[in-house]
Amino acid sequence: MTNAWGDIKYADLVVVMGGNAAEAHPCGFKWVTEAKANRGAKLIVVDPRFTRTASVADFYCPIRPGTDIAFLGGVINYLLSNDKIQHEYVKAFTNASYLVKPEFGWAEGLFTGYNEEKRDYDRSSWDYQMDEQGYAKVDPTLQDPRCVFQLMKQHFAVYTPEMVEKICGSPKDKFLKVAEMMSECSTPTKTMTSMYALGWTQHSKGAQNIRGMAMIQLLLGNIGVRGGGMNALRGHSNIQGLTDLGLLSNSLPGYMNLPTEKEPDFNAYMSTRGFKPLRPGQTSFWQNYKKFFVSFQKSMWGDKATAENNWAFDWLPKLDVTYDVLRTFELMNQGKITGYFCQGFNPLMTFPNRAKITAGLSKLKFLVTMDPLDTETSRFWENHGEFNDVKSADIQTEVFQLPTSCFAEDEGSIVNSGRWLQWHNAAVSPPGEAKADTWIMAGLHLRIKELYLKEGGAFPDPIVNLRWPYGQPEEPAAEELAKEMNGTALADVTDPNDPTKVLVAKGKLLDSFGQMKDDGSTASFCWIYSGCYTEAGNQMSRRDTADPADTGLAPKWAWAWPLNRRILYNRASSDVNGKPWDPSRKLVWWTGERWGGYDVPDYGPTVKPEASVGPFIMNPEGVARLFTRGMMRDGPFPSHYEPFEAPVANAIAPKIRGNPASRIFKADLEALGNADAFPYVATSYRLTEHFHQWTKHVWVNAVLQPEFFVEISEQLAKEKGIEKGGWVRVWSNRGSIKAKAVVTKRIKPLMVDGRPVHVVGIPQHWGFMGKTKKGYNPNSLTPFVGDANIETPEYKAFLVNIEPTSAPASA
Amino acid sequence: MAVEIERRPIMVERTEVRRYGASARVNHWITAATFTLLALSGLALFHPSLFFLTDLFGGGANTRAFHPWLGVVLIASFAILFVRFWSHNLWNRDDTQWTKQIGDVVKGEEEKLPELGKYNAGQKMVFWGTALLIVVLFATGLVIWDEYFHGLVSIGTNRLAALVHSLAAIAAILLIIVHVYAGIWVKGSIRGMTEGRVTGGWAWRHHRKWLRQEAKGETHD
Amino acid sequence: MASYQSLDIKRRSASTSTPPAVRSTGLEVAKLIDVSKCIGCKACQSACLEWNNLREEVGVNTGVYDNPHDLTANSWTLMRFSEWDNPDTGNFEWLIRKDGCMHCADPGCLKACPSPGAIVQYTNGIVDFVSENCIGCAYCVKGCPFNIPRISQVDRKAYKCTLCSDRVAVGQGPACAKACPTAAIMFGTKDDMKEQADRRITDLKSRGFANAGLYDPAGVGGTHVMYVLHHLDKPEIYAGLPKDPQISPLVSAWKGTGKILALGALAFAAVGAFFHHTVVGPNRVSETDEENAADLAEEGARSGPTPETRTL
Ligand SMILES: Nc1nc2c(c(=O)[nH]1)N[C@H]1C(S)=C(S)[C@@H](COP(=O)(O)OP(=O)(O)OC[C@H]3O[C@@H](n4cnc5c(=O)[nH]c(N)nc54)[C@H](O)[C@@H]3O)O[C@H]1N2
Ligand SMILES: Nc1nc2c(c(=O)[nH]1)N[C@H]1C(S)=C(S)[C@@H](COP(=O)(O)OP(=O)(O)OC[C@H]3O[C@@H](n4cnc5c(=O)[nH]c(N)nc54)[C@H](O)[C@@H]3O)O[C@H]1N2
Ligand code: HEM
Ligand code: HEM
Ligand code: SF4
Ligand code: SF4
Ligand code: SF4
Ligand code: SF4
Ligand code: SF4
Ligand SMILES: [Mo]
Repeated sequence: MTNAWGDIKYADLVVVMGGNAAEAHPCGFKWVTEAKANRGAKLIVVDPRFTRTASVADFYCPIRPGTDIAFLGGVINYLLSNDKIQHEYVKAFTNASYLVKPEFGWAEGLFTGYNEEKRDYDRSSWDYQMDEQGYAKVDPTLQDPRCVFQLMKQHFAVYTPEMVEKICGSPKDKFLKVAEMMSECSTPTKTMTSMYALGWTQHSKGAQNIRGMAMIQLLLGNIGVRGGGMNALRGHSNIQGLTDLGLLSNSLPGYMNLPTEKEPDFNAYMSTRGFKPLRPGQTSFWQNYKKFFVSFQKSMWGDKATAENNWAFDWLPKLDVTYDVLRTFELMNQGKITGYFCQGFNPLMTFPNRAKITAGLSKLKFLVTMDPLDTETSRFWENHGEFNDVKSADIQTEVFQLPTSCFAEDEGSIVNSGRWLQWHNAAVSPPGEAKADTWIMAGLHLRIKELYLKEGGAFPDPIVNLRWPYGQPEEPAAEELAKEMNGTALADVTDPNDPTKVLVAKGKLLDSFGQMKDDGSTASFCWIYSGCYTEAGNQMSRRDTADPADTGLAPKWAWAWPLNRRILYNRASSDVNGKPWDPSRKLVWWTGERWGGYDVPDYGPTVKPEASVGPFIMNPEGVARLFTRGMMRDGPFPSHYEPFEAPVANAIAPKIRGNPASRIFKADLEALGNADAFPYVATSYRLTEHFHQWTKHVWVNAVLQPEFFVEISEQLAKEKGIEKGGWVRVWSNRGSIKAKAVVTKRIKPLMVDGRPVHVVGIPQHWGFMGKTKKGYNPNSLTPFVGDANIETPEYKAFLVNIEPTSAPASA
Repeated sequence: MAVEIERRPIMVERTEVRRYGASARVNHWITAATFTLLALSGLALFHPSLFFLTDLFGGGANTRAFHPWLGVVLIASFAILFVRFWSHNLWNRDDTQWTKQIGDVVKGEEEKLPELGKYNAGQKMVFWGTALLIVVLFATGLVIWDEYFHGLVSIGTNRLAALVHSLAAIAAILLIIVHVYAGIWVKGSIRGMTEGRVTGGWAWRHHRKWLRQEAKGETHD
Repeated sequence: MASYQSLDIKRRSASTSTPPAVRSTGLEVAKLIDVSKCIGCKACQSACLEWNNLREEVGVNTGVYDNPHDLTANSWTLMRFSEWDNPDTGNFEWLIRKDGCMHCADPGCLKACPSPGAIVQYTNGIVDFVSENCIGCAYCVKGCPFNIPRISQVDRKAYKCTLCSDRVAVGQGPACAKACPTAAIMFGTKDDMKEQADRRITDLKSRGFANAGLYDPAGVGGTHVMYVLHHLDKPEIYAGLPKDPQISPLVSAWKGTGKILALGALAFAAVGAFFHHTVVGPNRVSETDEENAADLAEEGARSGPTPETRTL
């Protein structure tokens, strides 16, 4: 989220597209209700199904799964051709005026530089034209045919309302109504907020879906302002924390990256991380990268990380490829991964192509599960009749189940979608033999370290030298870990302008990442969290509800990264002169001497408006990117690609299947199905009554939604002779499931290119363990392919067939 | 004159007539007892001022639980009673005459009435009336017997059944009041139902035709 | 709990005594369910199960989202989902209504209940079932115009939403209202709730719901659970919410005038009999009757013709 949950109450238009906020984020959704009730805000829902969010919407528009880019591209086209953009904002705060290299282009669905064999692009042409000093060239008139604005116009011209209807199946008048409602927010005093989640991410071009809306929000001037923003509604209660702490295989905490094999030494690594400003005088905050990186290394290895050993750079792994879960299970299937630690994860139920997951797990030597619940993954070897039809005798994997505690049983912080770190205390003690994850991991670490110390080994250094400064080494306390994330001064930290002035004394906690140094005198595990636990105490446990001007930001409640800032890019809430765009929704403005307001300014506090420093300080150009340069693997602009399994060919580039830059393993490519055998589009999603696979272990939730089902339209039911509440079989090229049929008016056939496309909706929450009726879930059917940029699997658009059937043997 | 003198002959001839066999008597009193309990338990639930009657049955919940089971006993026992007596309760011309002279009946001036068979028209009316009402009570009672038959019919039907049941119960109780009172008023009747015998005089006075048949030996129960 | 003075009881089932009036504050509470804000998340349903410690059975799917499929002794509230094509706008609408006791001002359940104090109405408007007085007769089911009470097959007692009288008594709002993420359930004084409803109705009208309104049916004297509906003119589309609910005339006849007239009739019969006896005296057999009978018997024994009867 760029903004905060409470801020949504200031929106004039809420667009829920690519998510189902009312069902998946019911508590956060209250802010939408507030905006509607108290501000007269309107709510638009664009979803293949008429969801519970749609039930309270002012306007609903259906869309075929996997076609959002065409829809959003259509909106961009509408805004540009009807001149419904916030000109001043676009001109000053985005890269609309930047000139792009002449070589860059787009034709037949591909950007320049495509290599079919590698399924990848050479992205060197996707960049600005630079002048002699290395600054990007701009044309403030936006007239140059090579400027981003003109290229954008050209790129999106194909997405006419007719094309949108043809691709998305969204009726033209409904699409136009949505575009018109959005376009009203191009004035500085009307804002729109975008609330999205997996309806956009779980596609082979998920990141580009989000780019599409981000561009719209920039064109409407809605980023950095109250009631606006790009609001990713995160998943698991601490999934924001997971990404913040770099738990993806190629990340380091605070959105730094793990080195790759191409960066074998520190200098090579740092050479691409200079972040020199691309326009004169810009902040380019990532110029501090080294300070954060060194502080991280110091927090990992303490005294053992020195200037001489390049802060222990060699002890970091160097990636050959990224090890996302899809690759992990691919390698398992190839027999190249033989042991698997599965902590707080139930991949048998939640990863695509269950047959492949089962096969992978069956090839392991050992599987360790750490989970408070008895998960299906822990029991993948157990025969549960039709619901898990495995031959237990053939599976030799040794499974260790380590019971862990659950969030209510331990202390710590949880980061919400709004980046708020909220501290919580343990409510009860874990039952039975369950232990906190930290206890288990500390135990593993200490034992492995001991083995290395005793027996040596190929590369003991990163492990035996790991800093382990906890009072009770066998169970680090949450507070100790929090302080470690925040960071400490390892030596006196002095004011760079006045070396006699000690900012932080040795051994004290840092106040913010502003105090970090690249000389080894500070340590911090996660720079963006710096400030969460200072000498003033645990900021995350603050519970002051005071909320000046009723902004919904409650600055003294818990703590938000970075620097307790509640709305990112908040400098953009005021115009170039530092005057709020909307006086009734002031956020941060120039007081005459400094930037002040209701939030911590995302800007140099005393940088004068005249200095023309852009508000998007993390970008070297200081402005937001309508054109992303080479940052995305699959293109600097979003472009419509069909899902890998689609009922129709790509209307704008008929020869291309799926996203050309997505990685897909050979066997998985072969396992794709085609529309002739699998004529119906399936999508999968959550129900408000359940949380993934856990709540089916809870009696009350099981009562509220007891049995697995799929949802289909009345028309499809009629065509197939399926009865409401009857049993159906749904199958894809990868597997087959049985479910009860919910026949509903909420799903209607979509007219795509003149013929009806039926959608089959498959909720995610059932399995063979727990208190609900035993059931399946969509992942017996889903394809094993991910997003081009972050490998999120394409759960939301695939092909199936359906027929009436009889009840499963043991239902 | 305020004083009536009754002169009795020294010796009066006494005749006795058998009116009910033992099994009929038992049958009758089971029916009577069940009905009484039903009425008491039903009325307890019928009007708040009579709720105290539930104490007779061990509280409200027990009353509620017993009542329909008593109803089952009643319908069974009454069915037997019915089989026994229905033929004696067939209407005939004398009954019509009797009904016309209801004023004389009430005054107890039986001499003015025609000779009657085993039962008079009033008894027959009570007989058929209770028979009908018990069937109605049973049918409606089943409908509102929530413990076992809930959800079988709509709530609308349920409401109707409850209303009809209570009205039928009141009607039945009224009939039985008449019946019981008649038994009390017409001296010697109760003995017929308790000891099985009535005096010849009783039969002569109230059911002379029946007595004549009995005298001829055309007995049947 | 059920004594008149403990919780400011206004009415008590099957009771003839009158409650004290002095203590009444006159302040009525109400729960306002804003159907237009409800997202059907069932948080209220689970809160009700949790707070009241109810153990509903795990059921099956029957092709709809409603689970359980009906109110039960263990489910005092439940979301009813209705799919409706609006013929006026051509729009599809998914109407989600939280069903449960309406806490009628004139409660049919209380009217029908035969057991003293099994149903009480507090002065604040809450209609509550008091289990220890309940005899399980299910008359309340027949009496209720909204088909709410359910009899447990386990303990044969009637159950329904209590409006969290236990929480309200200590100054808390109902558990369901507390759990509702969108504040679709609000709780307060009835007057405040009506005001709140007015604001919501104005908002709904501005969004094109010309018939938006407050469901507070006069037929039952108004209710202490009220709905804001987008289509007040058609309450039936919300899973059969009755348009003009009132205590069924059958029930009124049964437990209203009926019971008084009937008792009167019984009393009349008994008294009538007594006076008959008093006036007419017993119907006795005379000696003459006996002699006549004896004569008849003798003749009968001789199988002769019937003798002339003697008259006195
Ligand atoms: N109750 C509940 N809440 C949850 C969770 C849960 O399991 N249960 N899980 C949490 C987690 S981990 C996450 S990540 C979030 C996810 O939150 P959401 O993304 O909101 O949840 P989903 O239900 O997966 O998908 C949202 C909607 O996307 C729609 N959709 C499918 N395909 C498309 C498409 O191509 N385009 C568009 N526009 N829409 C599409 C689906 O119909 C669905 O309504 O929820 C979190 N909250
Ligand atoms: N078809 C389809 N598949 C999907 C999705 C979809 O929309 N469609 N959504 C995807 C998404 S967004 C997600 S996030 C994944 C979720 O996938 P998973 O994370 O595999 O699913 P969960 O069931 O949430 O499993 C989390 C496990 O963590 C355990 N747990 C809870 N607390 C703790 C703790 O403190 N410590 C430990 N060690 N364990 C704990 C829980 O008991 C649970 O078993 O599913 C994905 N799969
Ligand atoms: C509770 C007190 C009751 C008393 C004191 C009582 C008394 C009597 C008496 C004295 C008779 C004999 C009349 C005769 O021989 O002419 C009789 C007959 C009979 N009683 Fe009752 N009775 C009672 C209740 C009932 C009830 C509840 C029923 C049925 C529901 C019933 C059904 C009958 C029948 C069927 C006869 C035979 C008369 C006929 O068939 O018309 N009695 N009762
Ligand atoms: C013949 C079979 C009968 C059945 C199955 C039956 C059943 C019932 C049932 C189920 C009830 C509701 C209360 C409860 O559940 O206990 C009831 C109530 C009642 N019954 Fe019966 N009953 C029968 C016969 C009778 C008879 C013969 C009488 C009258 C003498 C009677 C009088 C009543 C009355 C007065 C009520 C209360 C009604 C009210 O409160 O409105 N019932 N009966
Ligand atoms: S996780 Fe809990 S608090 Fe968060 S939105 Fe879901 S129900 Fe509400
Ligand atoms: S908790 Fe509120 S929003 Fe959710 S179903 Fe209940 S009334 Fe509706
Ligand atoms: S079941 Fe209903 S009517 Fe009968 S006593 Fe109980 S509360 Fe009263
Ligand atoms: S809704 Fe039914 S149960 Fe609730 S108070 Fe009204 S009559 Fe009684
Ligand atoms: S008010 Fe209380 S008892 Fe009634 S539905 Fe809500 S939680 Fe349940
Ligand atoms: Mo997620």
